[in-house]
Amino acid sequence: MQTNLTRTGSTLPSEAELTRLVEQALNEAKRCGATQAEASASVAIGLAVDVRQREVDTLEHQRDRSLAVAVYFGHRQGTASSADFSPASVRATVEAACAIARHTSEDPAQGLADPDLLARDVPDLDLDHPWELEADGAIELALECERAALDADRRITNSDGAGVSSHSSVRVYGNTHGFLGAVRSTRHGINCRVIASDDAGMQRDYWYTVNRVPSGLEAAEAVGRKAAQQALRRLGSRRLTTRKVPVIYHAPVARGLLGHFVAAVSGGALYRKASFLLDTLGEQVFADWVQLTEHPHLPRGLGSAAFDQEGVATRERDLVRNGMLQGYVLSSYAARKLGMVSTGNAGGVHNLRLEPGERDLNGLLAAMGDGLLVTELMGQGVNLVTGDYSRGAAGFWVENGEIAYPVEEITVAGNLRDIFLGLQAAGTDMDTRGGIHTGSVLVDEMTVAGE
Amino acid sequence: MQQPLDIARQTLFAPAGIGESELEQVFARLMTPSVDMADLYFQSSRQESWVLEDGIIKQGSHNIDQGVGVRAISGEKTGFAYSDDIVMPALLEASGAARAIARSGESGRLKAWQAGRGRGLYAPVDPLETLSTERKVALLRQVDAEARRQDHRVEQVVVSLTGLHDVVLIADSDGRLNADVRPLVRLNVMVLVVQDGRRENGSAGGGGRVGYEYFLEEDRAQAYAREAVRQALVNLEAVDAPAGTMPVVLGPGWPGVLLHEAIGHGLEGDFNRKGTSAFSGRLGERVASEHCTVVDDGTLAGRRGSLNVDDEGQPTQCTTLIENGILRGYMQDRMNARLMDMAPTGNGRRESYAHLPMPRMTNTYMLNGPHDPEEIIRSVDRGLYAVNFGGGQVDITSGKFVFSASEAYLIEKGRITRPVKGATLIGNGPDVLTRVSMVGNDMKLDSGIGVCGKDGQSVPVGVGQPTLKVDALTVGGTS
Ligand SMILES: [Zn+2]
Repeated sequence: MQTNLTRTGSTLPSEAELTRLVEQALNEAKRCGATQAEASASVAIGLAVDVRQREVDTLEHQRDRSLAVAVYFGHRQGTASSADFSPASVRATVEAACAIARHTSEDPAQGLADPDLLARDVPDLDLDHPWELEADGAIELALECERAALDADRRITNSDGAGVSSHSSVRVYGNTHGFLGAVRSTRHGINCRVIASDDAGMQRDYWYTVNRVPSGLEAAEAVGRKAAQQALRRLGSRRLTTRKVPVIYHAPVARGLLGHFVAAVSGGALYRKASFLLDTLGEQVFADWVQLTEHPHLPRGLGSAAFDQEGVATRERDLVRNGMLQGYVLSSYAARKLGMVSTGNAGGVHNLRLEPGERDLNGLLAAMGDGLLVTELMGQGVNLVTGDYSRGAAGFWVENGEIAYPVEEITVAGNLRDIFLGLQAAGTDMDTRGGIHTGSVLVDEMTVAGE
Repeated sequence: MQQPLDIARQTLFAPAGIGESELEQVFARLMTPSVDMADLYFQSSRQESWVLEDGIIKQGSHNIDQGVGVRAISGEKTGFAYSDDIVMPALLEASGAARAIARSGESGRLKAWQAGRGRGLYAPVDPLETLSTERKVALLRQVDAEARRQDHRVEQVVVSLTGLHDVVLIADSDGRLNADVRPLVRLNVMVLVVQDGRRENGSAGGGGRVGYEYFLEEDRAQAYAREAVRQALVNLEAVDAPAGTMPVVLGPGWPGVLLHEAIGHGLEGDFNRKGTSAFSGRLGERVASEHCTVVDDGTLAGRRGSLNVDDEGQPTQCTTLIENGILRGYMQDRMNARLMDMAPTGNGRRESYAHLPMPRMTNTYMLNGPHDPEEIIRSVDRGLYAVNFGGGQVDITSGKFVFSASEAYLIEKGRITRPVKGATLIGNGPDVLTRVSMVGNDMKLDSGIGVCGKDGQSVPVGVGQPTLKVDALTVGGTS
């Protein structure tokens, strides 16, 4: 169900308005004697409603602004930001950045991105799809979502709420190489969190859908039903005894596992020598079937961007081919520190995709036979310097390829280097609700600690 | 010294020409018969950070943010809007949006304004101005030098210094006017050591609601550097951590993150009002062994988690959560306290004007017990002694919580033997404290490093505890 009402209240400023602000900041920087400068101005507006137990809980109108400036005096940098867009504030912000640059050190790696790397033609990635949604419509949708969950089963005894949100933003980035780029984008979501209970206690779980396009969202009712199923299947969770077993990371948590890989091959960790994947370019870092590719120009993608935070053109590329590391994830600064070239990843990866194999989740379960399916991870427990990995987990014990019973209060541990090299398969159950797209993955062996 | 309310009026009201009659105008718009309570949260914050890396001052930044959050509560419903412009038209527009939650009707009348009294748990200073930039930069360099001087295996040192000057003024529909000027500083050191190709890191730091001179006193900054190196060198010797359930002795201070995760979040009023906490409806019941008394105390002078008044203008207090093992109280903000027919406890906190307040912890710690820490370790035949942690997480509803050790040792036959690698510890909140069999006499608060996240909002907090023994906790190692 969708509502067709017009949006009231705040609207976004035009790109031209933000462009003038960015230009004003760059001019101020030059006036202050900066040899280079860059600035970005952004405004985001949003509506978020949350309902709980069939009543409205919160209704939030959001509006955020930010102007961020970096100035360079030779190789000395200073940065400043402000939420105030008045001319006096723009001047004060630039001056604050300049004052800082007087005290930072000469650092040859500092400076704008190389001019020849900057994006020239900016493709339209189809990221802007405002939702003509008013508070009443959003509330109705959230109520429908929660109702589907509450009515799904009598063991759904409580709710933590259901939410509907819609956000629109516009961002302009410019630098003194003459680059100016604008991005307008939207992001909408529906989520539901419910509690199932039985004699043994309560279990909470959730489901959510997020999309740049309202029509791309899962139906509110489906989100509610899915949340209920998720919570119900955790009832009767047991513990496991300590053992070494194969482990499947369900797609939504597999994304986090790949996130650790991205962090370990990111410039900051590498030039600080704080990564277990130091100096592994061209080497085998994953099992030899693994293909990891970056797709920055995916239309409507949640991680799509035509240029990165420094204006560097993004491009499609292989990060891992046949398990071998093909490149790092670098900003201009990190690239210079490493004597390399920016990969257009200032701000992170853009739609990193693990190429799926032939099997869906059930196929992976069958391939595993006996083992653990992890559906939730808790805590930090990841040391990127050593690759040591130990996290709290919940999920399901699997016997003969079938889910036997839910498990909780256990940990999964290993070393990320071994985990990546020991990946057995990736499922076709792709989760694309973020900047990393992956199906479930099967790891050959990890230590599970419990009773 | 100027009073916080005067500073807040000058900072937040004077530029916009806002006075009490303007506030009345806003509340006249906000209040309808079905609105139980409304408040305005004015905030101006200024933050700076300096980073030293590779021996050079690599980065400095300066951020300013200000705005006003407008909230209207009707029963269990909350309407919220905010503006980063503190001007009357924006305030009136936000008020219109926030009150959309309630049925419209005749506007209510406001009581006369009453200014809250100051507390003075910390001085209303702007910490950014407590040291010259030259001295801040010199401090970073001294810390770097101190770390590198410790050991030739130190390869990388990253030092960061941040300062926050936060001025808030809260006006509510009861006519209460409260202000707070909140300094907050933090110094952090991360070192990387290398030996025969093996790399390990260590980190240490601290801070509080004080000026930067805090780091120059009592050799604190240099001590952080030495501590970070010590930890990193210990980790170079660490062997694989054990896997399985065993006795765990937790050191004093920061390991109190156990309390924060295992019971703290579960005792926040919102989860208990909604019945979604594993502790819901358990007031007066035994949730810990008789050795355990745990409080949440927002009134400790200069501490990172302390506040003169919370973000709803309520004075903070020392709330007993667990007394000799019996659950005594929840942490409340005004709305949840009202709906549960309890008293607010000064735990209503928000990340900023752009976020809604919720019940949050301040400084959460366990009181001393009778035992000598040595005696506690001697009582363990085989187990883990964990003294430093990264952080933790909890599932409020199931009660399952984790916290990740970053420095730990094996205890064998009553003696601390080898260091082991970091490992996650997992347990069940409602029963972990029932397994606390010994509590030490060495209560310590953490050094001022905690950040708590809830519902996407971060706030500074403190934790603390004496050395204590949990008879059985699951250790997530690999061996
Ligand atoms: Zn927390």
